[in-house]
Amino acid sequence: MASTETLTLNMGPQHPSTHGVLRLVLELDGETVIKCVPHIGYLHTGMEKSMENEPYQQAITITDRMDYLSAMNNNLAYCLAVEKLLGLKLPPRANTIRILMSEIQRIASHLLWLGTHAMDIGAMSVFFYCFREREMILNFFEEIAGARLTPSYIRIGGVALDLPDTAEEKIAKFLGILPDRLDEYWALLDENPIWRERTVGIGVISAADCLRYGVTGPRLRATGVPMDLRKDHPYCGYENYTFDVQVGENSDVFDSYRVRMGEMRESLRLIEQCLETMPEGDFNADDPKIVLPPKERVFTDMEALIHHFILVTRGFPVPPGEAYASIESPKGELGFYVVSDGSEKPYRVRVRPPSFYNLQALPYIVQGEMVADTVAVIGSLDIVLGEIDR
Amino acid sequence: MSETEATTPAVEAPAPKVNPVLGDIDRIRKAIPDAILRVEEDAVREQYWLYLKPKALVPVLKLLRDDRNSDYPYLADLTCVDRPYEERRFTMIYNLYSLSRKQRLFLKVQLAENETVATASDVFVSADWAEREVYDLFGVRFDGHPDLRRIELPDDWDGHPLRKDYPIVGKRPVILLNDVRDAL
Repeated sequence: MASTETLTLNMGPQHPSTHGVLRLVLELDGETVIKCVPHIGYLHTGMEKSMENEPYQQAITITDRMDYLSAMNNNLAYCLAVEKLLGLKLPPRANTIRILMSEIQRIASHLLWLGTHAMDIGAMSVFFYCFREREMILNFFEEIAGARLTPSYIRIGGVALDLPDTAEEKIAKFLGILPDRLDEYWALLDENPIWRERTVGIGVISAADCLRYGVTGPRLRATGVPMDLRKDHPYCGYENYTFDVQVGENSDVFDSYRVRMGEMRESLRLIEQCLETMPEGDFNADDPKIVLPPKERVFTDMEALIHHFILVTRGFPVPPGEAYASIESPKGELGFYVVSDGSEKPYRVRVRPPSFYNLQALPYIVQGEMVADTVAVIGSLDIVLGEIDR
Repeated sequence: MSETEATTPAVEAPAPKVNPVLGDIDRIRKAIPDAILRVEEDAVREQYWLYLKPKALVPVLKLLRDDRNSDYPYLADLTCVDRPYEERRFTMIYNLYSLSRKQRLFLKVQLAENETVATASDVFVSADWAEREVYDLFGVRFDGHPDLRRIELPDDWDGHPLRKDYPIVGKRPVILLNDVRDAL
């Protein structure tokens, strides 16, 4: 006898395929999702509030912990917003290093996404391969910034340290390895019938709906909308580099996978160009009231010591005003709205977290899909709960 | 005019930037007179803010979304700033973006302590969670919101942490509003 009763299933917050601590309450009819209600906030630590109580420069450490898979991009977006308020001009080397770092970070973020997304759908081996390459990137970050996941490397006024002499060689080595490895992943997944069965035609959302829900990043580009802030509103000099915006056609999980795979190759192109055109010179803006003086000068020069002391203990005041800066993070449009009241601490920092808005579309996308496909859709949205909850 | 003057080009003055949202302002003024209270412009950073009457917010959002010349299909973000020392302490900021024009426009609505504003989620679904977050962290209420619950904090949480009178240490607001006013 057929029963019309529905089943309410709790998924998460410790479920491995929910990428952190996302909790979904699903209402199921057999295996079909009738309703999906996400519950977030398990990682809420009041980062926006904390940032209001830190000097501008020190608040960067908090941005690291938002989207902990692409910390460099978070640093960058926040610094751009504050620099907009300060009206600071950066030397070309700082800009090139910033682009270099944010593209390397994009690859790291996409690699982790690919590994976990494939594992969610049942392809275990890709996960190990992806982590192998990501490890190279994290080791590189450790070498240049001292930390793997929370580098705080990009600072207001430039970057924390100049690139070490070995950096170019390391990146070149990485550039030599990764294209072949990407081909390998491509071979593992692209024509794989199980992979295609699980992704093609799953989780379709139209371009108009994406915009209604505020979905940006690769998931929006998979619908064919070529919105990429690196092209539309170039920051750090992206207009001087050649790269293509990857777009999909069918707006499904498979296309968002293809878009991200393509983006990794475009990032490699960008990194190559960065290495070729890396300018010599300062890596920090010439403004002693904002940028810390070099360590040697602190030990030998009275004025530098005073600047160092003031900057570390008190920070620098930022002219009153409001500024919004957004960048194309691996997840989508990452924006910082910074309000200054003229003091050394931001009056208000609002993060426009891409994952927050991307996740919001989840109930709409999975309605009428299978439970197992919910996992595939979550993977295709590429959410990070640290950023959603903040 | 001598010949030298004619041939040497004058020191190139930066072309006066035409405010790219003038058209939007005109359209709003035409359709909904007295909706805009004030226009704030930061031409250097290319940022434009329109201060709106709270009542006019939803019609203006609808107009900006539907008008083909305005074409703002995407509400990127919605947030709030608390200034407890001002009469209208909450400033709601709506961050609109037009993909076709590559133009960003900020709308602002200022609200007093217990004032409410109509929900934007009927016009842009993306406002749904964002408004829940503002309700959760600031305590601003949105009329007609389909599901106005706390989103980040537990349902039984006391207070709204992003308000300026909420302390950074401790659980509940212990600082009186007057203290904050004096301190600022």
